[in-house]
Amino acid sequence: MSLSPDQQRSLRCIAGLMIPVSTAYQVPGADDPVIFADILASLGMDTADTIKALAALDAIAGGVFADQTATAQNDAAARLRDAGGPEVLSMGRVILQCYYRDDRVVRSLNLEARPPFPLGRTLAQGDWSLLDPVRARPKFYREAPE
Amino acid sequence: MLDPVDVLIIGAGASGAAVAWSLTDTKMRIVCLEQGDWHKPTDYPANGRDWEARQLNDFSVSPNRRGRVQDYPIQEDDSPIKIANFNGVGGGTVLYAGHYPRFHPSDFRVKSLDGVGDDWPISYKTLEPYYAENDRMTGVSGLAGDPAYPPKQPMMPPLPLGVSGAALAKGLNSLGWHWWPSDSAIATTDYEGRAKCINLSHCTSGCAQGAKASTDITYWPQAIRAGVELRTRCRVKEITVNEQGMASGAIYFDADGKEVFQPAEVVIMACNGVGTPRILLNSKSEKFPNGIANSSGLVGKNLMFHPYAQIYGYFDQEMDGYHGPNDCIWSQEFYETNRDRGFLRGWTFEFTRGQGPVMAAVTGMATNRLPWGEDHHRAYRRLYGHRAGMVAICEDLPEEHNTVTLDPFLKDAHGIPAPKITYKLSENSRRMLDYAVERGSDILRAAGAHDVGFEKPLGHGGWHLMGTARMGKDPTRSVVNEWGRSHDVKNLFVVDGSLFVTSAGVNPTCTIQALALYVADSIKQRLATLFD
Ligand SMILES: Cc1cc2nc3c(=O)[nH]c(=O)nc-3n(C[C@H](O)[C@H](O)[C@H](O)COP(=O)(O)OP(=O)(O)OC[C@H]3O[C@@H](n4cnc5c(N)ncnc54)[C@H](O)[C@@H]3O)c2cc1C
Repeated sequence: MSLSPDQQRSLRCIAGLMIPVSTAYQVPGADDPVIFADILASLGMDTADTIKALAALDAIAGGVFADQTATAQNDAAARLRDAGGPEVLSMGRVILQCYYRDDRVVRSLNLEARPPFPLGRTLAQGDWSLLDPVRARPKFYREAPE
Repeated sequence: MLDPVDVLIIGAGASGAAVAWSLTDTKMRIVCLEQGDWHKPTDYPANGRDWEARQLNDFSVSPNRRGRVQDYPIQEDDSPIKIANFNGVGGGTVLYAGHYPRFHPSDFRVKSLDGVGDDWPISYKTLEPYYAENDRMTGVSGLAGDPAYPPKQPMMPPLPLGVSGAALAKGLNSLGWHWWPSDSAIATTDYEGRAKCINLSHCTSGCAQGAKASTDITYWPQAIRAGVELRTRCRVKEITVNEQGMASGAIYFDADGKEVFQPAEVVIMACNGVGTPRILLNSKSEKFPNGIANSSGLVGKNLMFHPYAQIYGYFDQEMDGYHGPNDCIWSQEFYETNRDRGFLRGWTFEFTRGQGPVMAAVTGMATNRLPWGEDHHRAYRRLYGHRAGMVAICEDLPEEHNTVTLDPFLKDAHGIPAPKITYKLSENSRRMLDYAVERGSDILRAAGAHDVGFEKPLGHGGWHLMGTARMGKDPTRSVVNEWGRSHDVKNLFVVDGSLFVTSAGVNPTCTIQALALYVADSIKQRLATLFD
């Protein structure tokens, strides 16, 4: 199962409406060519749900979503979002999982663009003296008959 | 037909590994059948940039979502809490967070102390030496001196508090409530050939570093070196019986899908609280028309999860995000029964550090905190890295109407009936969840969080599977006796979470493994009279 060309165009439009490009934060939108290629390649087990969400979007828009005017697209997208449901959540999840692993987006969050392994991260020990009042507390578990 | 073996263990997860290792002392021929595979450190999501996406897909906690050939489907429409598991060498410990609390002494005497549930046929004292042995085999980090527990000695120092732990601890201190660093099955120093934790991220999709004690890297290597044969991709369909009504072995599908019979002198079930009753119920014969070991009718009944409440908030300061294991600190302020609260028994709060970039967005959108359009980026930056919170692990009481049965329609890839879960939240659980959400919100506010939210019960949180082949002295009220042997079939044992009589308000795995070591020891001590 894969998306038709119309469905692909509509998915790209809705991705861009969901997360638009931002000059303030210097990040691309989710309809950026690299990110969108990742989204298409990553639909996997969410393909069927995404197709259903896009069909709902077309139904709200009264035709292929990608072919509507900007105002009609904004209106249909808002209505889809308000209607919600598992298919819309699945479609949104695929968009988000690809967007928030893009190097440019990750760097804009002051994170290194790398997988967790093998370098790992550091974690502050924190102030262990915070435990002093709890250490001073008498035992409070219940004894139980044997 | 294959050569007979002395002991056939079914399932290579938390309990199967522990019982296999312990029984190697006997020099018996031991074979374990596991439906899943071994996993290499390079298989785990933390190796790639798509690590969070893989946690939602091929490493999802839901077997129905993963849908791997090693998984079996589960019919769970009649349960508000969905099953989470992992099918492979290590079982659920491959994905577990590694929280490793023991039961309290009072957890074994629920009926005597609080008049609900049942008492266990054993006590904290019975299990204490097995807890200690299991802690050593596993490698537990933590801190001695917790006033909520009888004395115990972790092997390694606790995980760091981090920014999140320190902020939450301040909140707890201001309320005068208990907290303590969590006992964790995560190495904080190099331990017996395992490298220490380097904070890859949360641990619930496998540990690429090998710092988390999943049994594929703790018990199994030692058991195999001592002679146990572990056969992977072998899915058991049923336990067979002979004319004397004893278990004679198991029929399984091997990696090529061929049906094979493995004869055995002793059969040990270690398939977890869903997988074990499923196979017992599917083992029907003339002698056992309702499934093997089921004269009490209790196989598959009394299913317990821990209903979870998740409570979280957002802080102005930056928290730990996904840096470091989820394990952090816990609180047992509300563990023991206080009748004034309107419910019996209690829970543990386990505090969690934060989320990765993708999960922050996914949950932000699912909870309507993250808009579509222009404002998305500003809103996201207020959420990402600013969240911390907790889960409340509420004690579930045994109720016969909460069940694992065989689904009449759904089957796995080998045609074996899938388990069907029927589960209703009790009134006691509902009240406890409500109360836990209120107290959790108090803690978050005291710690300085705003925008506090919750989910109860946590829908995807059916990861603790207990009670479906309970132990007890009375054969009409239990499936196995006080040392894990079936009342009906004297060479059939259960060692997994199915054994639990009550669930306590803590994660179950260290108790499951202590029980497996205890059952193994009971077998070893009775070898000459085992079937009497
Ligand atoms: C995401 C997640 C987080 C968790 N976090 C924690 C935690 O922090 N602390 C904690 O204490 N617990 C935690 N748990 C629970 C923990 O994993 C389980 O309690 C524990 O693994 C159960 O042990 P078990 O031996 O009963 O079964 P399992 O470990 O589930 O092992 C059962 C094994 O049997 C195999 N099997 C089943 N049926 C068959 C068959 N028919 N034929 C052959 N093999 C079969 C399965 O493939 C599996 O490998 C978590 C679980 C999950 C999924």
